[in-house]
Amino acid sequence: MKGMTVIVKKTTQLIAGLVFLYGIYVTIHGHLTPGGGFAGGVIIAGSFILLILAFGSDFLRLTKEEAGSTLYENLAILVVVFLAISGLLTTGRIFFLNWIPKGTPGEIVSAGMLPLYNIFVGIEVASSILTIFLALVIFKEELAE
Amino acid sequence: METAICIIAGLMIIGAVFAIHAKDLLSAVIACGIVGYGLVICFLLLKAPDLAIVQIVVETITLIIMVAVVLDSSREEHFAKPDRKGYMSMGVALVMTAVLLYFYVLAIGMLDPIGSGSLRMAGHYINGAVELTGSVNLVTGVVFDFRGYDTLGEATVLVTAVLGVITILRLKGRN
Repeated sequence: MKGMTVIVKKTTQLIAGLVFLYGIYVTIHGHLTPGGGFAGGVIIAGSFILLILAFGSDFLRLTKEEAGSTLYENLAILVVVFLAISGLLTTGRIFFLNWIPKGTPGEIVSAGMLPLYNIFVGIEVASSILTIFLALVIFKEELAE
Repeated sequence: METAICIIAGLMIIGAVFAIHAKDLLSAVIACGIVGYGLVICFLLLKAPDLAIVQIVVETITLIIMVAVVLDSSREEHFAKPDRKGYMSMGVALVMTAVLLYFYVLAIGMLDPIGSGSLRMAGHYINGAVELTGSVNLVTGVVFDFRGYDTLGEATVLVTAVLGVITILRLKGRN
């Protein structure tokens, strides 16, 4: 996939970082404001897709494979499962038990495990969507070479 | 508000019908976008900002991916006149629609009025979620605490879908 014109590249340089930060904001404020892991993850993936569309696939050195994003995706879902299992190891013996102290509702560090679930589900969703996009871009170029 | 939702739903139906009958695949994809973005406005009118955020982001990304795919492959769609088999399928579909509509009307007549007994569980969620989960956002409290299994299932479905995409789309073998 080739890059686009200078105007698109310059605008992307200005915007992509903001989009990425907004995705992180939506993810880690998931227990306070609308949004959460799924929405924030897709926004983070959107910032990378914007970069790839504007600068072409050479920009991020996408000549190899999607191995990095698949690795993060599988590790993140593994961490979510381990967090859920950690409820079994405490006194409650319940899968998905929220055993970390809750704190004051409305603060950013509160609600126990929910921010952790949000963050790791966000990583998982972001790398999943990015992997699908990269698979569509890279595998076709592999064939053309 | 109901009239607004009815108008938007009508527009969504027109967009969906156009997407089926469009000659150019690119305009069909963009007409699919009408359905998605109309749904976003419906969610906002029904006061569901969580769903609206997810829907607008996913719709945009999906539209980008589908436009990239359509631009890469052919843009023409070939229509063929239905033969005898096609007419039979259409007849079966019409009969099934009539049967399903009949049972739908039957089931709707037997239900309780909305909010009278079917939503008992929702009351507990709405009143006790902040104390039980510590999360101010009720949706996150339900999704990751009360309904944690569902969320784990959704995330697993996404991982499995990506594995399937990689397996199917890999055209050249690994050296």
